Amino acid sequence: MRWIVAPKNARRAAVSALISILISALVVLVVLIHPSLAIQQSDILGLAADDSSEKIVAIGKLAETEPRLALRILPAMLAGELYRHENSLILIENGQARDAVSGQTTPLDISLLENVMVNNRLRKILASTIDGMRLLAEDRGERLKAAQNLAQSATAADLPFIDQAMARETDPAIRRQLQTAWGKAAIGSPDAATRLKAIAALRDEADPSSRQLLAALMEKDGATWRETDESARQAAREALSHVEGRLALGDNLARIFSGLSLASILLLAALGLAITYGVMGVINMAHGELLMIGAYAAFATQSFFRAYVPAYIDWYPLAALPAAFIAAAVVGMMLERLVIRHLYGRPLETLLATWGLSLILIQLARVIFGPQNVEVANPTWMSGGLTVLPNLLLPWNRLIIIVFALAVLFAMWAVLNLTRLGLFVRAVTQNRAMSACVGVATGKIDMLAFGLGSGVAGLGGVALSQITNVGPDMGQNYIVDSFMVVVLGGVGQLAGAVWAALGLGVATKFLEGWAGAVVAKIAILAIIIIVIQKRPQGLFALKGRATEN
Amino acid sequence: MAHGRLLSLFLGASLFLGATASFVQAADTIKVGILHSLSGTMAISETALKETALMTIADINAHGGVLGKQLEPVVVDPASNWPLFAEKARQLLAQDKVAVVFGCWTSVSRKSVLPVFSELNGLLFYPVQYEGEELERNVFYTGAAPNQQAIPAVEYLMSEDGGAAKRFVLLGTDYVYPRTTNKILRAFLKSKGVADEDIMEEYTPFGHSDYQTIIAKIKKFAGAGKKTCVVSTINGDSNVPFYKELGNAGLKATDVPVVAFSVGEEELRGVDSKPLIGHLAAWNYFESLKNPENSKFIKMYKEWAKSRNLPGADSVVTNDPMEATFIGIHLWKQAVEKAKSADVDTVIAAMAGQQFNAPDGFTIQMDEKNHHLHKPVFIGEIRADGQFDVVWKTKGPIKAQPWSPFIAGNDQKKDEPDAK
Amino acid sequence: MSLFNLASTSSQNGACGAQIATAAMVVFCCLVAPLLHLAVPEESVFHLSDYCITLFGKILCYAIVAVAMDLVWGYAGILSLGHGIFFALGGYAFGMYLMRQIGTDGVYHSHLPDFMVFLDWKELPWYWFGSDHFLWAVVLALAVPGALAFVFGFFAFRSRIKGVYFSIITQALTFACMLLFFRNETGFGGNNGFTDFKRIVGFSITAPGTRVTLFALSGLALLAALWLARFLTRAKFGRVLQAIRDAESRVMFIGYNPFGFKLLVWTLSAMLCGLAGALYVPQVGIINPGEMSPAASIEIAVWVAVGGRGRLIGAVLGAFIVSLAKSWFTVSFPEYWLFFLGALFVVVTLWLPNGVLGLVNTIKVRHAAPES
Repeated sequence: MRWIVAPKNARRAAVSALISILISALVVLVVLIHPSLAIQQSDILGLAADDSSEKIVAIGKLAETEPRLALRILPAMLAGELYRHENSLILIENGQARDAVSGQTTPLDISLLENVMVNNRLRKILASTIDGMRLLAEDRGERLKAAQNLAQSATAADLPFIDQAMARETDPAIRRQLQTAWGKAAIGSPDAATRLKAIAALRDEADPSSRQLLAALMEKDGATWRETDESARQAAREALSHVEGRLALGDNLARIFSGLSLASILLLAALGLAITYGVMGVINMAHGELLMIGAYAAFATQSFFRAYVPAYIDWYPLAALPAAFIAAAVVGMMLERLVIRHLYGRPLETLLATWGLSLILIQLARVIFGPQNVEVANPTWMSGGLTVLPNLLLPWNRLIIIVFALAVLFAMWAVLNLTRLGLFVRAVTQNRAMSACVGVATGKIDMLAFGLGSGVAGLGGVALSQITNVGPDMGQNYIVDSFMVVVLGGVGQLAGAVWAALGLGVATKFLEGWAGAVVAKIAILAIIIIVIQKRPQGLFALKGRATEN
Repeated sequence: MAHGRLLSLFLGASLFLGATASFVQAADTIKVGILHSLSGTMAISETALKETALMTIADINAHGGVLGKQLEPVVVDPASNWPLFAEKARQLLAQDKVAVVFGCWTSVSRKSVLPVFSELNGLLFYPVQYEGEELERNVFYTGAAPNQQAIPAVEYLMSEDGGAAKRFVLLGTDYVYPRTTNKILRAFLKSKGVADEDIMEEYTPFGHSDYQTIIAKIKKFAGAGKKTCVVSTINGDSNVPFYKELGNAGLKATDVPVVAFSVGEEELRGVDSKPLIGHLAAWNYFESLKNPENSKFIKMYKEWAKSRNLPGADSVVTNDPMEATFIGIHLWKQAVEKAKSADVDTVIAAMAGQQFNAPDGFTIQMDEKNHHLHKPVFIGEIRADGQFDVVWKTKGPIKAQPWSPFIAGNDQKKDEPDAK
Repeated sequence: MSLFNLASTSSQNGACGAQIATAAMVVFCCLVAPLLHLAVPEESVFHLSDYCITLFGKILCYAIVAVAMDLVWGYAGILSLGHGIFFALGGYAFGMYLMRQIGTDGVYHSHLPDFMVFLDWKELPWYWFGSDHFLWAVVLALAVPGALAFVFGFFAFRSRIKGVYFSIITQALTFACMLLFFRNETGFGGNNGFTDFKRIVGFSITAPGTRVTLFALSGLALLAALWLARFLTRAKFGRVLQAIRDAESRVMFIGYNPFGFKLLVWTLSAMLCGLAGALYVPQVGIINPGEMSPAASIEIAVWVAVGGRGRLIGAVLGAFIVSLAKSWFTVSFPEYWLFFLGALFVVVTLWLPNGVLGLVNTIKVRHAAPES
């Protein structure tokens, strides 16, 4: 569809279209006469044709006649790094511009050239062609990767490559993937025996597309079965129920995982609050903004790494953790010293003052970083996911955040229970006057405890930056949820917050599954209200008189 | 006596405030209102439009203004609060006596100010793609109507190059724009022979940030057969978590392409776009379009951002609503010059048929009657650098259909606003 | 707590002053303001513009909410972070009537509201029953918030949920309702809510006469709310409330059951908010779920805190100061106004625990001291 261009370019487009038609006609002619002839520079230009269908013809031609050259050019084309310059193609290899055919470097300035455009249709064909050719590669890893890709998406077109590969492949892991790929590619075969074999191959590797292929066999066109062979139909029916059972398992596990993941995020958002509100009794409406500060600290660290140590960019989240902790803790301590300490014992006033502070912090972020969201990218080790079952993919960022939440939880438990600071914090919480009498500097402890809570919120902010948007308003989305977690769990202890986060996370995800996101959220809030009616001090309230007021 | 004195004090004070507020008015400038949220949830999107408007006005002033008068921008902040939009609109029209207002983003903000504009006979230029089903005499719509964005995008997805999609997930935030767009699309798909069970409609609340369940549903739906695609009308802020989840959950554009109507260059600044290569967006303008008008526009905005010291000034981008704002202000200027007056009624009459060489590379035109622009449609694929490659475009500008023929009863509607 | 006592003693000699102020306000709302708006020509300095009438009409409604909030927070010590829900429900109840008054003048010329046509609904849902009638709308505007408050309060106070816990679950309540009303299927217009009203009891809603009438009604409603609140707080009822606020356990030891007192004042406060909402909607021309956002409810508490809680006139003052400041800041300092607003909250809570009114009193006491 690149034919349609602005009138100015129309003539040029027409000419180039004509040329490319001629070229492809020539290609066909040449190939017809000399099937073994090596491909010419001009033939490759079909890759840069205006029409997708012509490009596809050229891709197939290239892969068939010059696999070695194809393995150089096609990946570049897929990556959008193939350019056309007059009658030659230029590609980028290891950061250098080279002629696609000869491999010689060229002095051309790439930024002035238009790259060869690929759309989704081409991308799909390119990917499967490259995978098909890589099945025959020397390197085992490359072969395995290609086989895995094909096992997901092979079609009848890939059958020749797969057959070729199966004939010479010895590695059992790769063979298994090939088996599945072969099953998918061969299920449409006209030969009933082949189909039967294909059904058997699909039975064992249960993924959604196998289900789809098997289910198609069970359909009827009018009165006749699409699968004409009775025994194949029987096998397909059995395989389908087997596959569906495995898929259902994956679905349920996925739901539990997403519940756990939501729980870990709720927990990270609420842990800081569990200290400042739960332990110290300060209602900090600016808590969400401390999360925001943590997230912006992650952004700032990322920008710093990009600018000064781009080689280590992948490790910026590790550096962001202390940065976020310190930034949020310092801001938190400043808030405590300047405002909140004057309001101890007046929780409702604290609420209003910290609300004002949150407005100021939001606007400050807007002035410093701009009102738009900023980009915080997942490092490569947090991108993508771990495939446990064919339909159960656990994104790395979520997995790592679950582990991180546990680590933060443990660290906080350790600080509160094993350190001197923790001892003092607990002492001040239980009896401020008595602690002061025995020489605890209560003011200092308040500040440090508030700093600790804020710092933990900052850590939560780094985790959030890996999942959701980073902008001035981001904290507002979490303030209600965080309070719900702390209040539901029961004030004054970490265990309650953990159970509350877990319960809310999993319940939300299961409700979402059958009632949709909006209804789930409303239902959860209603449940919280009812639970608090029943247990006004939360699910895990501390027993005894200490909890009164 | 505390009550009495205090009461009279503030009664007096309020009277004074009310009386003085209507005083000040400068003589040889034309006041222009800018009504975009600078705080609250919509600040993310709308701040850039305020900057574009200020830039365009400064540029017009530098070139001699309008009818020899300088334009004087009046910026207010309705703070993403819909009743406040109505209050501020009234203030701009009644107190500041502005000749025209450029503003609003969400449908609800537009709906909230409409009665004020028709009551006080003001003039509003609305720069965002919207759901149609509306035609007001006092409003000019410089964004896309559904037939200038949604329908061409779905047609592309159904074409060979777009992947020949057979099943559709219509995913949106639960408010009027996605609802109407999806209603139109559903009718359109039906007319193309797509069965009901091949369409899945899903809505999420505002500010939704956990898309795990939705993505799992899409995967399941796509796994049930035939080529599937997602048509997303998810609202600005939720797009980042949606796309992050999409990238990590392994839904590739080659398997299940997502075409979005509210995701542009500005929204992609907040996401790492490498995992999103190949997903699509449909707009009437992309920053990556190559033509002299666009180069000028981009250069002007980049310089403006630097000179105003905007945060992140070196990485600012331009997008469709910004272009629509730019076009709107220029069309208004031309209409005022044609009418030789900034009076609302004469300007409305003079707007018909105004033409402008827009940054989208076409000479676009205000329709003679229906207050919408004739705009070209582009479909772009996301690139690794957060820009778009145009993979398809219309031959030229197409006329807007504010009353979509795919909604029952709209064939009765007139294609022009009711007279005053 | 001595400051509260000071505040209440000083308000006791205000009986005569209050009557004068009431009369002044009645005259202003029903006579002066309408005349200045309708009879004085627009060019005159004394003309009260459209903009002022709608702005002040809106703030008068806010002031009613502030008085209602002061009743529960200032006098009974119950901080609600969900009063926005009652205000919005009143608004929605009356909005239903206004939607029905549009008749067939909507975009789709149907007898149903436009958003229902759009959702392909063929008839009104059951809860829209009676929305054609003005009186029913008024009853609903009072009864729905009242009923919700009664049920919610009944369970909350019975379980003796107090202080911060109560605040947080009221926040959850308004947040849940906001999400519910955002849904299009709920039948209240989703995110857009109700808008595009045309007329009210047959009169055009944009006519100057209608506008002035609504303004006057709001003023009168505010006065009525003030008188009611004043009566309640001066009666024994009010003294028990203040006792509950200051020491709930002691009140129980003496033999009072706080439950009934709390529930009554809480329900009453919600109904006042409903009334304010009903007056607010025709004046601003839109009601949507944004009014139920937690932030909007917190702002209500801020009005009371700024004006001075435990003082009825303080609540009114607070609503005026904060709303006018917001109106002014958003125009004069569109980019920095949140700094001012945020700083205002901090300053008031830190240095003016009794709000602006407390400051005025302190100054007065200091001035009065040398004379006596």
